[in-house]
Amino acid sequence: MNIFNEQGIERAVKGAMTSEASVPIKIRGEKVTVHYGEKQALFGVDLEVRERQVTALIGPSGCGKSTFLRCLNRMNDTIEGCRVGGNLTLDGEDIYNPAIDVVELRARVGMVFQKPNPFPKSIYENVAYGPRIHGLTRNKAEMDEVIESSLRKAALWNEVKDRLHEPGTGLSGGQQQRLCIARAIAVSPEVILMDEPCSALDPIATARIEELIDELKQNYTIVIVTHSMQQAARVSQRTAMFHLGYLVEEGATDKMFTNPDDKRTQDYITGRFG
Amino acid sequence: MTDATIGSPVARPARRDIGLKRRYAAERRFRLYGVGAIAIGILFLFALLFSVVSNGYSAFWQTSIRLAINFDPAIIDPQNKRETDPNAIVAANYPQLARDALAKKLGVDTSDRQVSRQLGKMISDGVRTQLRDMVLADPSIIGTTRDVWVLASGDVDSANKGQIDLSVDQARRKVSDQQVKWIGQLNADGTMAKRFNFGLFSFGASSRPETAGVGVAILGSFYMMAIVLVLSLPIGVAASIYLEEFAPRNRLTDIIEVNINNLAAVPSIVYGLLGLAVFIGFMGLPRSAALVGGLVLTLMTLPTIIIATRAALRAVPPSIRSAALGLGASKMQMVFHHVLPLAAPGILTGTIIGLAHALGETAPLLLIGMVAFVVDHPTTPLDPSTALPVQIYMWANEAERAFVERTSGAIIILLVFLAVMNLAAIILRNRFERRW
Amino acid sequence: MIVAIILALGIVGFVIGRRRAASLQASGKERPHSRAHYHGWWVFILAVLPAVLFLVAWSVGSSWFVASSIRAALPAATVESPVASENLAYGMVQALARGLRVLEADGVTGLPATFAELQPLLAARGVALAADTRDYMIPLAEHLNAMQNAASWTGALLAIVLAVGCMVAGMRGITLRSPARNKVERVILWLLMASSMIAILTTVGIVLSMLFESIAFFSKVSPVDFFFGTVWDPRFAAADATDTEGQFGLIPLLAGTLYIAFVAMLFAVPIGLMSAVYMAEYASPAVRRVVKPLLELLAGIPTIVYGFFALVTVGPFLRDLSAALAGGVAFIQAQSVLTAGLVMGIMLIPFVSSLSDDIITAVPKAMRDGSLGLGATQSETIKRVVLPAALPGIVGALLLTASRAIGETMIVVLAAGVAARLTINPFEAMTTITVKIVNQLTGDLEFTSPQTLVAFALGITLFCVTLAMNVFALYIVRKYREQYE
Repeated sequence: MNIFNEQGIERAVKGAMTSEASVPIKIRGEKVTVHYGEKQALFGVDLEVRERQVTALIGPSGCGKSTFLRCLNRMNDTIEGCRVGGNLTLDGEDIYNPAIDVVELRARVGMVFQKPNPFPKSIYENVAYGPRIHGLTRNKAEMDEVIESSLRKAALWNEVKDRLHEPGTGLSGGQQQRLCIARAIAVSPEVILMDEPCSALDPIATARIEELIDELKQNYTIVIVTHSMQQAARVSQRTAMFHLGYLVEEGATDKMFTNPDDKRTQDYITGRFG
Repeated sequence: MTDATIGSPVARPARRDIGLKRRYAAERRFRLYGVGAIAIGILFLFALLFSVVSNGYSAFWQTSIRLAINFDPAIIDPQNKRETDPNAIVAANYPQLARDALAKKLGVDTSDRQVSRQLGKMISDGVRTQLRDMVLADPSIIGTTRDVWVLASGDVDSANKGQIDLSVDQARRKVSDQQVKWIGQLNADGTMAKRFNFGLFSFGASSRPETAGVGVAILGSFYMMAIVLVLSLPIGVAASIYLEEFAPRNRLTDIIEVNINNLAAVPSIVYGLLGLAVFIGFMGLPRSAALVGGLVLTLMTLPTIIIATRAALRAVPPSIRSAALGLGASKMQMVFHHVLPLAAPGILTGTIIGLAHALGETAPLLLIGMVAFVVDHPTTPLDPSTALPVQIYMWANEAERAFVERTSGAIIILLVFLAVMNLAAIILRNRFERRW
Repeated sequence: MIVAIILALGIVGFVIGRRRAASLQASGKERPHSRAHYHGWWVFILAVLPAVLFLVAWSVGSSWFVASSIRAALPAATVESPVASENLAYGMVQALARGLRVLEADGVTGLPATFAELQPLLAARGVALAADTRDYMIPLAEHLNAMQNAASWTGALLAIVLAVGCMVAGMRGITLRSPARNKVERVILWLLMASSMIAILTTVGIVLSMLFESIAFFSKVSPVDFFFGTVWDPRFAAADATDTEGQFGLIPLLAGTLYIAFVAMLFAVPIGLMSAVYMAEYASPAVRRVVKPLLELLAGIPTIVYGFFALVTVGPFLRDLSAALAGGVAFIQAQSVLTAGLVMGIMLIPFVSSLSDDIITAVPKAMRDGSLGLGATQSETIKRVVLPAALPGIVGALLLTASRAIGETMIVVLAAGVAARLTINPFEAMTTITVKIVNQLTGDLEFTSPQTLVAFALGITLFCVTLAMNVFALYIVRKYREQYE
């Protein structure tokens, strides 16, 4: 950056004011397209996800936000007939490079799904699943530690510490979702993807999870898909608005919700459609 | 001032060792197990089919000898009584005619008893009935000489097909060296030949393999399939309609449904016991009759048809029912005029599959006495008869090599029937299946 | 014959009824309730149904009546000796009566009074009678025939009168507003319901028929000896037995049944389960399209074919293989637990495979996604998440398969032999319950001997065991399905 011209001064001033400009990029997507068989679901999306921030993806249903999310940990691979084009990098490395190991990728990029899906095992075993298959702990003591710390980070420890060996499916909806979050945390990922994590929950459980997300962002990069604009506004620092497979607008959450550039964003936020 | 961090990648955390190599090796092994299991299953299938076909294809050809038989009146009717007593020629020594003809053909002197006996054993004993029927049908052939194809005996047939180990000592074999020579001689000039074995399809039971066939069995199976179709299809469809469309949701209906599901899983031999106790013991129907077999198989097939029909009925969308009712049709009319025709392909498919299953059933038929030795073709379902799988079972218990061949041949016939039925079901299903 | 007449009457009634209804409707005064052919059908039903039902009731009732009056006429001597003797005597009278009818049909008049003279007459026409038929039975047989004739004529006449009467009454009742269609439909509904009751009737029939004969059996052989006896030899009594001939111990049969079923499951479960897993989780649609029908083919092959395969190919193969391995002496018999178990296992592969396939596919995708999202490989997901989740359903499937194995007959008849012994060695022969049922009923039958009746006792044991397993399995599978739906 050359400080000795006008643009340079502008950028320097902007950079000093918004701490964002200096935040490293964790995930970068360039011209990302997705086809399900013949049908195209994403049309050339360019998006950057910054580290240790919450990025929200919003838009009316069917606009492609979940599809984009699933590209980030290659869960789209499990869908038959799905083709991903364009460029997606994690820490500068191409995610879709055949040399990349998808198992390792998913150990670094965790996911929490829309409907809580704990395994039909005990709470302990649910959280222990990830560390166990990846061989992250060496003995039971270490495992106990990992489980306790994950459950604490997910704000669930106090509620379940006395019943770790009861089935995970016996918890309430909100607790199950926090269990899934703990399960994802136990693998020590760098990024956590959340696909409408609160849509199946009641308002109180939703509020607790939103608090949780706020704490989690200190340690993890979070990308959250949500159909609730209020949630996006409360929880995220940057927001991306999708519509019919296109990325319409992307920017700081405050700006998006008070002074959006694109008319479609304006209409969606004010409830004209979606 | 450096712009060190705009858009540049962060230093990556150290790569963890998550045991990828070991885990991918385990993944490969697991997939291999899966493929291996499927391969083993298919291997067994082909081993079974290969074994059956290789044992049985030779049953469709039967060795016969063409003989110029002189219907010598001196042997047939020595006392010349045939004008007055038609029964005089019934018990004549017909095999002698054949033996003489064969002796003449081979240029063998029949005065040697040993040689004569060996000669006689070249020809099937069924020649007696064959020649007798020829004479009874047309007495005018007495005194003439005709060319007749007679069946060779079972042992000669086996030898001719290369099924007898000729390296074994003569005393322990079924055919003597002399007979082997004769076989060679006869084959050389075409007198002995393997002809298509129509007899396999038309003959009834016999203690000799060369004159044994599945004719009675096929007829018996056919009667039983007809009975099963005529009884189980209407009753099954009627019961399904009731349960699916009209039955109120109460205790009785639940009991009926539980019963049907249980009956579908009851071992087939239990149905045989039921048939024995009720149809034969209590109602006094004749044993070994195709009617009883048909009744037993009907009871066995009913649950299958009911389950398939209910599925077909359920697949008809409610919109069609509502449309019919909305036009003022009564429920009964709606079911019979609209739902049933649409469910027909599914019902038909289920029926064919049920019939195919019943065709292959053996155990219950054994218990109701269809293991009888039936020589004459049954003319009504009340005559004693047998069934194709039961015939296979009876032949399987015979030790002779020729019966092994015949049993495999009968199995091929049975499998062909089943294949045709299943293919018909698949074609029906593909042609008429609707996607709502 | 008489049924044909009644049917004919019904058809006549149908035609007349429909025509009358049509003519009424043509006059166009009111809106008819039902179309003409329903009126026709109603007359048909009125003509046929009551008469047929009456005929059925009459023939049952009259034959009971005839039988009991003939039995009453049997001389007191036979009545006092055990029941079997009266049945025997009655049976002989019946056979005689049938023979007399044959003579009648042949036009023979003037029957001789003694059996000695009668027998050759009957034998010439192919009617064989028991040797100790008595002379007094001849007039009884004639009487029986006479009563039967009278009963059938009376019954026929009454039925026709009934049919005509109902038919006329029906025709009188044809008006424009009479709800013929409703009536006809109600009758059809009753017919439908009756059809579905056949399912219950069958079960009741199975249970009752086997129960009666089993009770007769248990009156001759004590249940304790049967259920806990360890020797099966129907021909020879035990050294200290009192009045029964033959020993009927269930244990060797039960052991053989369970052992062979166990060996069969040992082969079928790993192969079937792994095939199902591969097909459900890994295989492409093209592979599935080819492989699934091939495996289904194994299920469509009749069990007699498997039995023959075992007898002719597998048995000798195993015997020769063991001889080759052991340097000359075959340690696997051609008919053995191993042979039968192996072939039965092959037959069961498609069972296990298709049942498991359904169960595994029913595990929700969300569970798999959850595991994959954490970075598990596919095999880890299957082994640690999918299969444990599917476990109850798979257990149910295995129970159903085991029940099928236990009830199997033809494979074991041909492959397992008839030696009822208790042994651990799978290379020897054991036999099963089903084989013995077949053996006991395909020999010479004397229906009331314990040798024959034991088959029913075996049958009811088999029925109860498989019923219990099936009910339990269906219960488990239903509970499992509820979990995921």
